[in-house]
Amino acid sequence: MNTEIATYIRDNVEEILEKWKIKMEDEKDDRFFQIMSDQVIDITVHEFGELMISSLTEERETYKMKINDFSEKIVRYGWSISFVLKALSNFTEVIYERMEEVGYFKKGDKLSFAELYTNWITPLNYSIVDAYTKVWEKTVQLQKIALQELSASLIPVFEKISVMPLVGTIDTERAKLIMENLLQGVVKHRAEVVLLDITGVPVVDTMVAHHIIQAADAVRLVGAKCMLVGIRPEIAQTIVALGINLTDFTTTSTLQRGVEQALALTNRAIVEVNSK
Amino acid sequence: MNLRSSVDIITEWDIVAARQLGRNEAKEVGFGTVDQARITTAISELARNIYLYAGKGNIEIKQIAEGNLKGLLVIASDKGPGIPDVRKVMEDGYTTSGGLGAGLPGVKRLMDEFKIDTVVGEGTTISATKWLR
Repeated sequence: MNTEIATYIRDNVEEILEKWKIKMEDEKDDRFFQIMSDQVIDITVHEFGELMISSLTEERETYKMKINDFSEKIVRYGWSISFVLKALSNFTEVIYERMEEVGYFKKGDKLSFAELYTNWITPLNYSIVDAYTKVWEKTVQLQKIALQELSASLIPVFEKISVMPLVGTIDTERAKLIMENLLQGVVKHRAEVVLLDITGVPVVDTMVAHHIIQAADAVRLVGAKCMLVGIRPEIAQTIVALGINLTDFTTTSTLQRGVEQALALTNRAIVEVNSK
Repeated sequence: MNLRSSVDIITEWDIVAARQLGRNEAKEVGFGTVDQARITTAISELARNIYLYAGKGNIEIKQIAEGNLKGLLVIASDKGPGIPDVRKVMEDGYTTSGGLGAGLPGVKRLMDEFKIDTVVGEGTTISATKWLR
C-alpha cells in the first residue's frame, strides 16, 4: 500500500502539488505566499513533496534527517507550525481525493483514509512537531546563553574601583548571577569600591531593590563599599513611593559622579593637566 | 472608551510582559515618564505577588474615562490562598517571603485609588487606578 501511494505521488507530483498550492492559497494564513518569491515557493513545495514520498519509501534514518533539515528551514522562513500542519493535512486530502478519483480507493471509503492517516500522516506530524520544537528549543537555549553572557560583568575601571553595569530586567536567576559575579569580582580585582549602575534597568520594584540591598550587604562583608549609581529621576520617585530605604548607600544620578566619589573615597582625584 | 487587555501570569517572565503592556497602555493614555514608571512598577509588584503567592493569575489593564478625566485601571486577580489579614499586609515592612514588605503599601502610594477584595482560600482581586492630571 505504501509503495503504491509513493509511486502514485511520484508519477503525479506536479499535478498534486499544483492542487495543493491552490488549496493552501485559500487558507487565511497566506503570509507565506505573500512574502516568498515564486521560486522559493516552488522549491519549498517540491521539497515538501519529496519529503512526503521519502517518508513512505526511504529508511527511517535518511527520512529523519530530511525532516530535520526541512524543519530547520521552515523555522528560518518563519512559518508557523499550525501552517505547516495545515499544509500536511491539505496534502493528504489532495492525495486522497485524487486517488479516489482514479479509483485506488472506493468512493467514500473512510476506513482506508483513516488507515492512511494513522500509518503515514500521524507519525509524520509527530516528527515535524518534534523537529520544529527542537529547533526552537535550540534557539531559545542559545539566546539564553547569549543573554547570560551579557548580563552581569564586573569591570575594573581604576585600581580599587570596579563598575557593574546592569542592563535590562532583573529576575531571580539574574539576581543570583549578579551576586556571584559581584563577590567574585570584588575579591579578584581587589576592589574597595564597587559601583552598581542601574541606568539600564527599566523598572526598580521591591524585588529588584531587595536584591540590590542584599548584594550591597554581601559586598560589605567582603570588605568593600557598594555604591548605587545611574538612578534616573523617575526611578528615584518610585523608590521613594515604594518606601524603600536606601540610606545605607551612597547613591548618585550618573556613573560619572559615582566614579568621582569613589575616587575621593580612595583618596584620589582626576585633575586636569596643564599642557604647557 | 473601554479598551482592555490582559496578561496571564504563570512564569516569572510574564511579569515582564505585564509591565510592558502596562507601559504601552500608559503611554497611549498620555502619562508622562514618571507616571509611566509608577504604573509599571505597581504592575510589577502586583504581578510578582501573583507569581510568588498564588502561583498563577491574571493582570488586566483598562483605559478608563470619567467625565473629562482619563485614567488607567489595573486589575490583578488570582485564585490563590487569599490574604488572611489585609490590614497587616498594608503595613510597611510586613513580609511573609523574606522580601522588603513594601509591595502592597508601595502600590497604594504609587497609584491614586487602591482596593483589595480577598477571601481566604478563594483568591484575591486588587484594583488600582491612576488618573491622568
